[in-house]
Amino acid sequence: MKKWQCLVCDFVYDEAKGLPEEGIAPGTRWEDVPESWTCPDCGAAKSDFIMEEVA
Amino acid sequence: MTTATLNASDWRDGKRYLWLLGIAVMGLPIYSFLLFRWTGLGIFWWATPIVVYGLIPLFDRLIGEDEANPPDSAMAALAADRYYRYVVFAAIPLQYATFVWGTYMAVTGGLAWWEWTGLVVSVGMTSGLAINVGHELGHQTHPLERWLAKVALAPVMYGHFYTEHNRGHHVRVATFEDPASSRFGETFYEFLPRCVYGSITSAWQLEKKRLEKQGKSVWSIDNDNLQAWGITLALFGVMAIWLGPWALPFMILQGAIGGSLLEVVNYLEHYGLMRQKKADGNYERCQPHHSWNSNHLATNVFLYHLQRHSDHHAYPTRSFQTLRNFDGLPRLPSGYAGMILAAYLPPLWFRLMNPRVVAHFGGDMQLANIKPAIRQRVIAEYAASAA
Repeated sequence: MKKWQCLVCDFVYDEAKGLPEEGIAPGTRWEDVPESWTCPDCGAAKSDFIMEEVA
Repeated sequence: MTTATLNASDWRDGKRYLWLLGIAVMGLPIYSFLLFRWTGLGIFWWATPIVVYGLIPLFDRLIGEDEANPPDSAMAALAADRYYRYVVFAAIPLQYATFVWGTYMAVTGGLAWWEWTGLVVSVGMTSGLAINVGHELGHQTHPLERWLAKVALAPVMYGHFYTEHNRGHHVRVATFEDPASSRFGETFYEFLPRCVYGSITSAWQLEKKRLEKQGKSVWSIDNDNLQAWGITLALFGVMAIWLGPWALPFMILQGAIGGSLLEVVNYLEHYGLMRQKKADGNYERCQPHHSWNSNHLATNVFLYHLQRHSDHHAYPTRSFQTLRNFDGLPRLPSGYAGMILAAYLPPLWFRLMNPRVVAHFGGDMQLANIKPAIRQRVIAEYAASAA
């Protein structure tokens, strides 16, 4: 399970947690998040996210 | 829509060369000085504010609105065209030339007080316009562009904007918690100190949290605020060593004027608009109806399409040349340049804008972002008139 961070606002998408309130189930891998999905905080595109270092 | 039937190869960006005006405007105080030398007319010390507050609103009125969007098929090529990046980069050398020349002239020019005042207002306004350059660059993801954003923000002492705008304002836009979203019934003069103080403290907290997560102190060299402010300190320090201490009041005052120009634009971008809270307590996503827009061409070409603000907030990494107009967005009655003048005169601002906010919410002002002291009264007043 990886984490992906928004380059605009630092929002973190955590694959383990998903985003249930947006219909993305826990455990959804990044590649399975829809291409049309955008950052819930600032609206940046999926392509504006980078993988975060695994702590 | 005729645009939908066009092929990308048939379409030309009509504004392609107009964007060069965004560079040219950075040198206004210098051209004005040359005109003063040529004609001997003292009015030219004030030519920059006359252009920004007078000519641009006039051109907005004469030229009117440009609602055209590039066809979807042309978007990818338009976004990838490096020309548009270089147009933004090229504004920075001229911005610095104006800043350095203006400070030199203020200290050594033997100016009369009204000439000095005209100069500090003029240089301040170009510095304020440069925040828009820093804004465009700060939204890009390339490290060079992000670094140049800090450089553009240095003469105007607005380094905190680099952090606060992306990670603060874009996240909290059109909420009560955002210092840079103005509230219904709030005058520009109430908004200005609240926004500046709130933005600086927020930028500091954002960096503190980010660095703590990495196990670093807020005083780390990696602190974006300290980096950006550091460029200002170095710049002002070098100028003061070169020109003496009298450079400092000029540089600080022009920076304050530039900052206030950015904040008056902030004031009109989201006035009264508010995102609603969902059942889970989080705010709904930022949507197109959470920003005020304008398609007035003259202001748009000087501000890199900043007035197509809804699209900017919906897609913050979208480059300026690809920002689109949409039907049904909250629209300002004039371009930003004209609306700034109204914002300086609160009774006029309220008369122009309050009815628009009320109409936007269909009279249900519980949905609006209202100054707390008058919130209950405003809600009751319009509920009564709607009933």
